[in-house]
Amino acid sequence: MLDYSILIEHWDMYMQGFANTLKASVLALIGSLAIGTVMAVFRIAPIRALNWIGAAYVEFIRNIPLILIVFVFFVGLPAIGIRFDSFTAGTLGLTVYTAAFIAEVIRAGILAVPKGQMEAARSSGLTYLQAMWHVILPQAVKIVIPPMGNQFINLVKNSSVLGVIAGLDLMYFGDLISSETFVTFDVYIFVALFYLLLTIPLSLGVGALERRLAKSR
Amino acid sequence: MDFVGAYAPAHLKFLLEGFVVTLEVAFLSIFFSFLIGIIIGVLRYSRIPFLSPVLAVGVETIRNLPLLLIIFFTYFALPEVGFKLDKFYAAILALVIFESAMLSEIVRSGLNSIEKGQIEAARSSGLTYTQTLWHIVLPQALRRMVPPIVGQFISLLKDTSLAVVIALPELMNHAQIINGQNVNYVIPIFLLVAVMYFVVNYSLSLVSRRLEHKHS
Repeated sequence: MLDYSILIEHWDMYMQGFANTLKASVLALIGSLAIGTVMAVFRIAPIRALNWIGAAYVEFIRNIPLILIVFVFFVGLPAIGIRFDSFTAGTLGLTVYTAAFIAEVIRAGILAVPKGQMEAARSSGLTYLQAMWHVILPQAVKIVIPPMGNQFINLVKNSSVLGVIAGLDLMYFGDLISSETFVTFDVYIFVALFYLLLTIPLSLGVGALERRLAKSR
Repeated sequence: MDFVGAYAPAHLKFLLEGFVVTLEVAFLSIFFSFLIGIIIGVLRYSRIPFLSPVLAVGVETIRNLPLLLIIFFTYFALPEVGFKLDKFYAAILALVIFESAMLSEIVRSGLNSIEKGQIEAARSSGLTYTQTLWHIVLPQALRRMVPPIVGQFISLLKDTSLAVVIALPELMNHAQIINGQNVNYVIPIFLLVAVMYFVVNYSLSLVSRRLEHKHS
């Protein structure tokens, strides 16, 4: 039987952690959407140097561990005098990491829009950027929503690395509560339930969207 | 920044030793996860009453949890209920729990991608369900699963770095130990460690892409 008194007595800490996990995930999602879109456009823009920058970013970041990127912000940059608090360092690390995956999702979405559309838009007088912004991206958005949902689920789970650098998230408060109460099993079960409270509805939502999109094709 | 000091031969050797542990943990974990993943995937695909739904709930729960939490759980929480594991095995157990859930989904979608007509044809030519699964469906599905499984292995290799939280002596842990000696080593060491992960993972992703082209 789980010891619910641990949950009730430390409710405020759980809530603070839960709020920060959500906050870090949402901030990192916004940031990585911005960087990811730029990188995706770089990869398919008709300029060689930009293609190369986009590809280098995506391939390098995707193939190294998240925790390494978080450590770069938390330990690496302070070594050359650039300091962040742990929550900011963690969120920046999450952003840089997730952006690489989001760039790939967006690129796949853009490539799924028929090529003729870009040609038609260009030949009717739009610049490349205008055609991208007004014609291609709006159509790509629909295609990328389900995989984007999956990336957000990963982001929520990955945000637990904040716990490693004392980033005040759910994982961190879980550790704190378990070291105060000397109870680990029950504390982590409650932490798990809080994560599931976020990720399960998201998973169900993504699943439903995928089925709807599969039907409409 | 002190590149020369950071890249002293003793440090490079220490990092390599860490990397060997990283690879060892990754290989052992993927091996067991693959076996368990196939079993769970096949059982879910076979729609066995009671068992399949229970497995579905289990897989979905694990997949929706942070791996870091599972590592904490196997190393710190299990001893509380009388199940004490060494760091090495606690890390492997956590990775196997997490990755089997992931791999079972790859197996299941691989199996689902085989046309139903083939199963009907095999069944009507007299093969039992198990024979059909073993001789017709699985061999074809396995070939299609290779690229996503390589992708999963890349994730796994990166994820072993999370075991730094239980001080498993893998690459990330060894990097942190060297970094602790001198603040000027931090950036050169992180750079080198990133390159080490990148070289292995990027090579794997090239192999995976090659295989994908071959099959499509």
